[in-house]
Amino acid sequence: MSTVLEINHLTVSFDTPDGAVQAVNDVSLLVEEGECVGLVGESGSGKSQTFMAAMGLLADNATVSGAIHFEGSNLLTANEKELNKLRGERIAMIFQDPMTSLTPHMKIGRQLAEVLIEHRGVGKAEARKQARAMLERVHFPEAERRLDMYPHELSGGLRQRVMIAMALMCEPAMLIADEPTTALDVTVQAQILDLLMEIKDSLGTAIVLITHDLGVVAGLADRVAVMYGGRIVEKGAVADMFESPAHPYTQGLLACTPRLDEDITALVTIPGQPPNAQSLPGGCSFHPRCTYVTERCKAERPILETTAKYRAKACHLDALEAAE
Amino acid sequence: MWAYFTRRVLIAIPTLWVVITVAFFLMRLAPGGPFDQEAPLPPEIMANLKAAYGLDQPLWWQYLNYLGGLLQGDFGPSFKYKDFTVTELIGQGFPVSIQNGVAALTLTILIGIPLGAMAALRQNSSADHAAMTVAMTGIVIPNFVVGPLLALVFGIWLKETVFALPVGGWNNGAFENRILPVICLALPFIAYVARITRASLIETLRTNYVRTARAKGLPFRMVVLRHAFKTAMIPVVTYLGPATVFLLTGSMVIETIFSLPGIGRYFVQGALNRDYTLVMGVTILAASLVIFLNLFVDLAYAWLDPKVRYE
Amino acid sequence: MSDAPVTSNLRVPHSDALDKAADVEGRSLWQDAFRRMQANRAAMASAIMLIVLAVVCFVGPLFVPWTYEEIDWDLLEATPPNFELKHYLGTDSLGRDMLARLLQGGQVSFMVGILATSVALVIGVTVGAMAGFIGGRVDQFLMRFVDVMYAVPLMFFIIILMVVFGRNFYLMFLAIGFVEWLTMSRIVRGQTLTLRNKEFIEAARASGGSTTSIIIRHIIPNVLGVVIVYVTLTIPQVILLESFLSFLGLGVQAPMTSWGALIAEGAQEMEITPRTLILPAVCLSTTLFCFNFLGDGLRDALDPKDR
Repeated sequence: MSTVLEINHLTVSFDTPDGAVQAVNDVSLLVEEGECVGLVGESGSGKSQTFMAAMGLLADNATVSGAIHFEGSNLLTANEKELNKLRGERIAMIFQDPMTSLTPHMKIGRQLAEVLIEHRGVGKAEARKQARAMLERVHFPEAERRLDMYPHELSGGLRQRVMIAMALMCEPAMLIADEPTTALDVTVQAQILDLLMEIKDSLGTAIVLITHDLGVVAGLADRVAVMYGGRIVEKGAVADMFESPAHPYTQGLLACTPRLDEDITALVTIPGQPPNAQSLPGGCSFHPRCTYVTERCKAERPILETTAKYRAKACHLDALEAAE
Repeated sequence: MWAYFTRRVLIAIPTLWVVITVAFFLMRLAPGGPFDQEAPLPPEIMANLKAAYGLDQPLWWQYLNYLGGLLQGDFGPSFKYKDFTVTELIGQGFPVSIQNGVAALTLTILIGIPLGAMAALRQNSSADHAAMTVAMTGIVIPNFVVGPLLALVFGIWLKETVFALPVGGWNNGAFENRILPVICLALPFIAYVARITRASLIETLRTNYVRTARAKGLPFRMVVLRHAFKTAMIPVVTYLGPATVFLLTGSMVIETIFSLPGIGRYFVQGALNRDYTLVMGVTILAASLVIFLNLFVDLAYAWLDPKVRYE
Repeated sequence: MSDAPVTSNLRVPHSDALDKAADVEGRSLWQDAFRRMQANRAAMASAIMLIVLAVVCFVGPLFVPWTYEEIDWDLLEATPPNFELKHYLGTDSLGRDMLARLLQGGQVSFMVGILATSVALVIGVTVGAMAGFIGGRVDQFLMRFVDVMYAVPLMFFIIILMVVFGRNFYLMFLAIGFVEWLTMSRIVRGQTLTLRNKEFIEAARASGGSTTSIIIRHIIPNVLGVVIVYVTLTIPQVILLESFLSFLGLGVQAPMTSWGALIAEGAQEMEITPRTLILPAVCLSTTLFCFNFLGDGLRDALDPKDR
């Protein structure tokens, strides 16, 4: 397997009137060909900004350092023109809110076709034909008729299918899905996730799945990274992570996810509030909410240590000891 | 779409009727008649005058008569310009005002929108700050200040140079006679449109669908023109509707300063002379124009935002 | 602005952005706004400039040896500034003291600005809060009415009123106020609608508050920020309207004067004495500028969405 995307020591901060806000802190991550990587965290944990940086879509007040290598080029130093050659063609992204992510005054057919017209220079008629084919591929019913519809005439689920079709028009090497199902109904969520799975298998597209929902990751991802307060606190293969979560935060997340095969007596929550990126606690960012907190946790930031292949955690506690 | 349009028309008609009715009865409420002068007229002459203008009839009859006249485009006789009907006066003045208004609106669109868009795309640069300071100045300094100042500079200080421009008179719409009035009329509009365009484009560029368009790898120019621009124009179009009101009130000032024979000046003269029918006529014309242009704006909405078409 | 009577309500900010800001910093909305306001030098300078202008216009005449209508019979023509004759800014073509007339004009502008805006404020807030809070038919009726009024060229109606009832000073305030309340009512209604569904209103209603008391104690304090901004932006519009009417000869009656009337007089005489045009033009423009900068500054301070 070859590496598609390699993030090295990425740091993203935003310059605001109230001072600098560290959104992403020293994040490193690998995505390999045809695999699905889940990136899990609460809102504000920096998971979206990590990949916004990869797409060159950060807000103007952002400062980045580190490197993001994609198919041999560093995305952070690439200029707008070089980025535009890759975006939509080799690396594509779909967003959380399909209701507002499509241009309201353009017919969806045209929005799909323009990707091919721009990147492949095909004619309008050909682009439309391929747009229709791609819609059918993502199981979009009555594709031909709906090519001439405006986004507001479609349901949320259908719009997300349009977004996915649009992202796949050029059959990219990597697809970033940022909370693709959050805004959708539960039944539709499952359909969209099935679709992503199918795409990964049939097209061999590497998928990065950004989500706050561990359940989503469990079904789809090969590997998972958990982010907290702008840092990766634990990563590893899916089965491994679910079986023996090493970081207290991951344990907490898993405990919070209701499972069908267990009787629910009470919903478990992690006490406290997600950290504020403007004033992260010293030491381990998670220590104010951690059940196993020690003096060391308050004073010293744990580094992300590799414990096995693909497996790493940033916690002072011994995994087994924490689990007890 | 048609239901939407019909509903708009159905709102427009009562609005116009309210305007006409309120204007009519306000005028009739006026203490003293239109013929009251410094030296009172002999009663017989007064009675004759009133009869000649139909003022001896009952009020409701006068009202119905006036409405009936309006339907045939007859605004009644002028009380002061004895040999003219109001329709004739408007017929003379309207083309002058319309020509200036259209020229000013054209300038507004050609200068204001690109200026605002450029400022938005270079947000917080020095070019942006400079453009917005100029725009603020254009908005804040009223055209009855700008007009005389322009006249002072181009008509008096630069009188002996090649930059000299005529500062009064229509001269059958000669180009040089129209330069200063049109600039003066257009300045505040250019400024407003530039500011609105800037604010609206900046907001549109932050939307999710613009982010999607960028994620597709489209060149930024295309993202702006194809995906952001139409939506960004909605507030501008919204402004341009009521702007006609300012255009009409602006024409009162401009035509007074530059002595142009347009309806704005007729209106001011009519108001100063208590020429009731003339004042009413121009008001009704202005109201119809505003209502018509608001309809036009509604249609433009439907084009800019497909959602509107189905509501 | 005293926040003593409203502090408890203002803890509930009117936007999510503020919600966060308040949480993090633990400062009240108004303190936060005041801090941002102080950082805005253009707005602060404008506020100071306006206070100085207002004081000078209202107190200054006590120190000027001439009144605005007094004709210096020794001159009877436009005279350049002359300190021996105590015409510090010269006289107009009738020999009236320019400084005295400018100050009188300023008084008219400030009074119109404040009185007419108050009229607009009272009507606009009442109608807007009622429409937004009561909703249903009342809302429909009021907003339809506002729609119709919007479509009417109201400037023409002000002029008709001035023609019909004569150029009455107070009528002018009322007429202008009646025109300017429309936008205010829409803004207040919009704000009220978003507030109406917030939890703290629900709580107030659940604990048995009457509609009137909820409007007065909860709705109005929370729309205050937006209203203050809009008031600051309405005042210059009103001043502009008055000057516009006076410029056309439809505003204040001679010998009383206003900046607009002075500009009109100056425009007649600019060929000989540009000073008579430029002085009132500068006064009016400065005032309008300051109000606009102040309004923009307040908006940025009270509504940090654009940060």
